[in-house]
Amino acid sequence: MNRRALRKAKNAAFLFLSLVATMTGLACLAAILWTLLSHGIAGMSWHLFAEMTPPPGSKGGLLNALYGSGMMTLLGILIGSPIGVLAGTYLAEYGRNSRLSTVIRFINDVLLSAPSIIIGLFVYEIVVVRMGHFSAIAGALALAILAIPVTLRTTEDMLNLVPVGMKDSSAALGAYPWRTTLSVLYPAARSGIVTGLLLAIARISGETAPLLFTALNNQFWSTQLNAPMANLPVVIFQFALSPYKDWQDLAWAGALIITVTILILSISARVILALLQAERGSGR
Amino acid sequence: MAIIDPRHAAKQLIYERIFRALTLGAAVLVLLILGGVAISLARGAWPAISHFGFSFVTREIWNPVTDEYGALAPIYGTVVTSLIAMLLAVPAGFGIALFLTELCPPLLKRPIGVAVELLAAVPSIIFGIWGLFVLAPVLQRHTQPWLIAHLGHVPFIGNLFKGPPFGIGVLTAGVVLAIMVLPFIAATMRDVFDTVPPMLKESGYGLGATTWEVMWNVVVPHSRVGIVGGMMLGLGRALGETMAVTFVIGNAHRISSSLLAPGTTISSAIANEFTEAVGDLYTSSLIALGLLLFLITFTVIAAAQAMLRRLERGGFAV
Repeated sequence: MNRRALRKAKNAAFLFLSLVATMTGLACLAAILWTLLSHGIAGMSWHLFAEMTPPPGSKGGLLNALYGSGMMTLLGILIGSPIGVLAGTYLAEYGRNSRLSTVIRFINDVLLSAPSIIIGLFVYEIVVVRMGHFSAIAGALALAILAIPVTLRTTEDMLNLVPVGMKDSSAALGAYPWRTTLSVLYPAARSGIVTGLLLAIARISGETAPLLFTALNNQFWSTQLNAPMANLPVVIFQFALSPYKDWQDLAWAGALIITVTILILSISARVILALLQAERGSGR
Repeated sequence: MAIIDPRHAAKQLIYERIFRALTLGAAVLVLLILGGVAISLARGAWPAISHFGFSFVTREIWNPVTDEYGALAPIYGTVVTSLIAMLLAVPAGFGIALFLTELCPPLLKRPIGVAVELLAAVPSIIFGIWGLFVLAPVLQRHTQPWLIAHLGHVPFIGNLFKGPPFGIGVLTAGVVLAIMVLPFIAATMRDVFDTVPPMLKESGYGLGATTWEVMWNVVVPHSRVGIVGGMMLGLGRALGETMAVTFVIGNAHRISSSLLAPGTTISSAIANEFTEAVGDLYTSSLIALGLLLFLITFTVIAAAQAMLRRLERGGFAV
């Protein structure tokens, strides 16, 4: 009987510890969000969206950084996602079981977790050194390389979920695979592929390390793609570590904006996926 | 009765070839990117490698004035911060996965799972400023004095907890990294535990085993490979993490016996110094650091993927 009590006590202890671990994880998320809200909300005003990043000791906004981040993220997605989607199509349709596809899947999963600073160094070597200066286009390229693995993986997974019957019906009508892919598979997997795009945007819009030595930063308004461009993450990095209160406040405001944007993107991606699964579960 | 127009058919075939070539090209590009990364880093690092030779990885000195560089301090910092992160995050991640698969009420399973995944979506720079302005002062005021008072005099491990509580330093970087990799480890372990056939678990319960005994004697042995794979994936993330560490490690190019002292890591050294590096040898040494990081993380992540690959491919890119 004693032994049984011991086993039960051990069980209770470990289950309690697992509860503690979960609470700790959730508490970390809550603490981070709380910090961002309490520090960032004070800096929220229309100035943020109307004025440029200021010199030390004066007030200003984040307009040039917001524009730069938006621009480079957009370009990164425009360059990276078609490559990811096409490559995912190859893996799911043409080379499903080939050895090449196995290797590409493996390498893609490695790239998915590869340190982003390495991608920054790579783009520095092949673009910045050649051009001779930092530029927005180099930053966008670095972000594009980070977007490829995410879109590739989701596209392949989503195309694999399309019922084989649909593909076969299209083939039976005499359609070539390209026609089937464009007219049947992509529409059927549309919300899944959009989810991949949202996840990719969420992934790259907060990246700092790959922009440090590609896009650098710019204190002024610039829309030129072959010149350094301001961007939110690098501005946050610079301003947060500065001794000036105005800069630090702007850093917190920027951090709040970036986190809220990314959390909204991630949550919508998950909502779309949940809806998709519910649809698939009921409407068979 | 439809009549197939031969010109139409020929055109279709051309489109098919073009589309196929496009998808193949995009897929091969993924390989080219990885190859390009390796080659360009090796080329950029060559001046430093040829100048310092093997001593680059064995020397602690890092002096831009005399143009002498050794990677030992950043390597040490990278390894130690990642080890601290793993020591904290692996048990916690295991606990969260256990909670989600065995303990959690079904109604809460999804919200808690999503919350854990959202923690993974928070960008690393946010962990950085939070670590610097919130976590570091807390550690400085409460945790570090306690460690110094209670563990500072213990033989052998005492040296790890000596010196003043700076707040920022190797230990703090390890703690921030632990929080960052926690969701990756927890999510992978949860997915791995979910692949254990319910029949096996039910058999355990049928024999009268407690939840913990089923977990430890049935689920863990069955998902051994996946657990190690998840840990390695977390380790790969921790080794390469840049911004969060740069904020809280203190950026000092030296190896200190105390975990409370400032240090540096490969990635934070690159992030801090690259744009300010003057001179070819300085830049090249930083790229050589990048090459080292690439080789280390590539090995770890590839091993992790190889292990996880044995399990069913499923779930999403976390």
